[in-house]
Amino acid sequence: MNDTDFLEYVQGGGQVETGDWMPDEYRAKLIKFIEMHGNSELMGVLPEREWILRAPTLQRKLALTAKVQDEVGHAQLIYRVVEDLGKPREACLEDLVAGKAKFHNVFHYPTKTWGDVGVIAWLVDAAAIISQKALLKCSYAPYARIMKKICWEESFHILHGRDVILTMMNGTDEQRELVQEALDRWWGPLMHFHGNPIPGDEDPMLVWRIKSQGNEEARQQFLDGYVPQIWELGLTVPDPKLRKNDDGVWEYTEPDWDELREVVTGHGPKTEERLDLRRLARENSAWVRAVVLAEAA
Amino acid sequence: MSERAQLLIEIADDELILGWRNSEWTGIAPFLEEDVAFSSIAQNEIGHARALYQLVADELGTTADELAFDRSPQEYRCSRFVQLQLVPDWARTIARHVLYEEADEQRIAELKASDDPDVAGLAAKIDREEVYHRLHAKMWHDRLASEPRYVEALDELRPLVSERGEPTPDFEQLWEEMAMVRRSVPGATW
Amino acid sequence: MVYEVFRQERKGQPFQHAGAVAAPNREFAEAYAREQYGRRGESVALWVVRRDAVVEIDDFVDELERNYHRVDGYPLKEKLREARERAGTAADRDR
Repeated sequence: MNDTDFLEYVQGGGQVETGDWMPDEYRAKLIKFIEMHGNSELMGVLPEREWILRAPTLQRKLALTAKVQDEVGHAQLIYRVVEDLGKPREACLEDLVAGKAKFHNVFHYPTKTWGDVGVIAWLVDAAAIISQKALLKCSYAPYARIMKKICWEESFHILHGRDVILTMMNGTDEQRELVQEALDRWWGPLMHFHGNPIPGDEDPMLVWRIKSQGNEEARQQFLDGYVPQIWELGLTVPDPKLRKNDDGVWEYTEPDWDELREVVTGHGPKTEERLDLRRLARENSAWVRAVVLAEAA
Repeated sequence: MSERAQLLIEIADDELILGWRNSEWTGIAPFLEEDVAFSSIAQNEIGHARALYQLVADELGTTADELAFDRSPQEYRCSRFVQLQLVPDWARTIARHVLYEEADEQRIAELKASDDPDVAGLAAKIDREEVYHRLHAKMWHDRLASEPRYVEALDELRPLVSERGEPTPDFEQLWEEMAMVRRSVPGATW
Repeated sequence: MVYEVFRQERKGQPFQHAGAVAAPNREFAEAYAREQYGRRGESVALWVVRRDAVVEIDDFVDELERNYHRVDGYPLKEKLREARERAGTAADRDR
């Protein structure tokens, strides 16, 4: 097979397995994309971890610990896929803590209250699931397969998020304030989450059928699904321009795409601190990996 | 408070605080597979604490959450051993895990023989879950047995296993963090 | 070492490949497979196998179209039409 045949093959719905021939560009793009996903799951753990230790009831403690555990589990699944494509897990983690690899914007921001815990599980995870569902038909089959397990596990995360939020919204004024305040801070990152709009034929992820949905389509899906959920609770979204027009398209204040670029290239408010934490954890446990995983293939 | 309640609270407090400490590793354990496994152990421990608190709560007319969160540090009955903050030291973490499982196995065996059917029943359930904890502890013990830092850790921690008394400074700090959100809006439902 | 994990969702279902875990030996691999593929009770059984014990075969040769042992080797439409016609004619003759 050559590059042209391969392109035709994947565009026609063809599936690619680990041992199959693939163009260098496809392999490289795949590794980068999937590695970023793994990094995001791993970095996403850090903002939520703090709240595991502060969960206000035993039930929330268990649920939040299980949620974060799932995310670590997802990272494990994802890095295995990258490893089989040719980049070992340790290399990915080294690049991550050295600041050489990217992870999603939302995990560069601070969490300040229990309100954030609810908003993240409800809305950030919702935004992520939309992207993840669009990967279920990925041309690279091993990745599509793990996405099935990931999407299935994420279903409880969203319910947990909603439960946390609804409980607070039905609670005291202070609790409702916590939710609104968290939403005000997370709206910007949420609007950035799916990335700046790119025309379909210029998006290599769509061309190679790695993703089956463009950035803007994903964002529209998010707004369509979740803005009504937000409004029906009496919460406000900090964007006066946000509305659904007569064509069913959501209009909004254009996000600052420069800010997104700044953040994902390692200049977010919490980037350095979190990478430091990861680096330190890795350094402290290097001896464990040496003793236990030394013969790891 | 009855003798039964006092004993159950002591065990529940051990499980709660150990589980809380073990959950500190979620997300930053030495490698991903172990991170997932150790998190399950931490969750189980908290689950055991919850079930034990529930038995006492029924007797005292309160709730498991109130017992778990709303007492002052001086009122907790956990051993000083489980209160220690051991992250990021994996050798000491595993040493504590191994020593705790050893001591706990005996305690659970006694509970299983209790005249009280609720206590005996719960102890049997906990015991069945603990089978995996013990396997996990043994697996790590075998792997680390010849590591000097692990052997040192065992020696250091073994004398502390049954020490109970005034809460340690580590515990005061843990308690502050544990109750932080809950106390921020007193009486609220979360 | 990489261990492949196969899971059975319910009794009676086939074991299907679910993923892989990195572990130094069988003991660790069992613990980790149990966690990754069973902590929610989503599997009734798992098979955990060292990756190097799995033999993959993905080249199959059939140069001479051995359709005699497949369903597509038996195009019966024509013959059936002919046979029905003949039976129809015979039936007409016998009336």
